[in-house]
Amino acid sequence: MAVGRIHVGPAFGSGGDVVIEAVAVPDASVEAIRSALADVADPEIPAISIVDLGIVHRVDVSGDGRILVELLPTFVGCPAIEAIRSAVSERLAAFGRPVDVAISFEVPWTSERITPAGRRHLSESGFAPPAEPEDVRCPYCDSANVAMDNAFGPTLCRSLFYCRACRQPFESFKAV
Amino acid sequence: MTTARSTLAAALAPATRAALDELLLSMADDEFVIGFSDSEWTGIAPLLEEDVAMSSLAQDELGHAAALYALLAEVRADRRDADAIAYDRQPAEYRHARMLDHGRGDWAMTIARRFLYDTADMTRLDGLAGSSFVPLRELVNKIRREERYHVMHATAWLERLAERDGEPRERLLAALDELAPDAATVFTPLDGEASLVEAVVLAEPMAALEARWRATITPVFVRVRLPMPPAADLTRGRTDHGEPFQWLWGEFTSVRRSDPVATW
Repeated sequence: MAVGRIHVGPAFGSGGDVVIEAVAVPDASVEAIRSALADVADPEIPAISIVDLGIVHRVDVSGDGRILVELLPTFVGCPAIEAIRSAVSERLAAFGRPVDVAISFEVPWTSERITPAGRRHLSESGFAPPAEPEDVRCPYCDSANVAMDNAFGPTLCRSLFYCRACRQPFESFKAV
Repeated sequence: MTTARSTLAAALAPATRAALDELLLSMADDEFVIGFSDSEWTGIAPLLEEDVAMSSLAQDELGHAAALYALLAEVRADRRDADAIAYDRQPAEYRHARMLDHGRGDWAMTIARRFLYDTADMTRLDGLAGSSFVPLRELVNKIRREERYHVMHATAWLERLAERDGEPRERLLAALDELAPDAATVFTPLDGEASLVEAVVLAEPMAALEARWRATITPVFVRVRLPMPPAADLTRGRTDHGEPFQWLWGEFTSVRRSDPVATW
C-alpha cells in the first residue's frame, strides 16, 4: 500500500537518439535488484544493510520497465526513512531505469524480519538484537545480568540497557 | 501492486466515507496535539531518562499523526496534502479530544493525561485492528506495536506517583481531578458513527469502546487507590477547545504561517 512515492532517475519514455552506453547496464532482474539493495546501509546503524534489517518488502519490475521497491518502516515516525528512500534510488540508478520507492504498511515490520546475519551484525556493533526486555543479553559479554535503564533511547527503535557483569551501557532494538 | 487507497475510499458509501473522514481526522488530531504537547518537555523533563522518553513518545505520536493525515489526504482526494490538513486550519476546526485541552501542566498532569490517553487510544486502536478499510487496518496494526511501549511507560509512572504519599500523590490526584470531566472524551461519538460500524470499518460504537476502556483501567486504579474518572460530558463534541489550545495552535502553526509555501 503506497503512502507516497518519489521518482528519482531518468525520465522514462523520452525520445531522442539512441546512445550506446560505454558502461554495461546490469539486467534488472528482481534478484539483481535485491542484491544491489544489500549494498544500502541503514543510516542510523551503518553495520546493517536494509535487506538484513528486513525493511525491503516488495521488489518488482513493471511491464513498462520501471523498478518498484516498497519499504517497511521500522517505526511509523522513523525520520531516517526519507534518507533510505534516496539511498535506494541512488543505488538503483545503475540499472538505468525509472525507480519508484514507496513506503508500505501492508505488513508491519517486526523484529523477526531481521535476518540471522543482521542480528550478528547488530551484536558486533554493540547493539543487542530485538528481544523482550527480560530476554535481552549484553552484546559485549553475553551476560543476562542486564537492566533496562530506559525503554526509550536515541532513536525510536532502540532502548537503553546497562550490563551489570561487564559494566557497559548498551542499546537494544525494541521488540515490536 | 495493491489497490490505491483513494480507490478503496471511493468504493465506500458516501455516508461511510464522510464518517471515515471524521474518524481519521479525530485520531490524527489527537496524536498531533498530544505529540506536540509532550515535545514541550524536551530539555526540561524532571529526569534525563524522561527527557529522552518524552521526546521519543512525542516523535512516535507525530509520526502516527503524519501517517494518518497522509491517509486522510488520499481518502479525501481534494489535493490538499498532509501538511495542509495539519497546519492550515483555524483552532475550532481541530477535532482532538477535550482531555488534551488542559495545557501542559506539571509532571503529574502530564502522566495523568498520558495514562488516560494512551489506554483510551489503545482501546480505540483495538477497535480498528480488524477494520474492513484495509489501509487503516494496516496502519493501525503497525501503530499498536509501538503504543504498547507508551502504555507500559504511562502505567509505570502512574503507579510510581500514586504509591508515594505526600506531594507526588497529591499532585496526581489534583491532575486527575482537573482532567476528570474530560477524561473519557477520546470516546466522543463521531458523526455517522453507526455507518462505520455497519461497514465494519470500526468494530463497535464509541460508547462500547469506552466501556471496554473502563474495564481495562479499573484494575490499575483499584490497585493504587485512585478514583475512577466519572462519565464525561460528551455533548461538547470535539470542537470546543478553550484557551490553552489557542496558545498551542499559535506555537505549532507559527513556522507554517510565516511562509506557507516553504519546503524543507
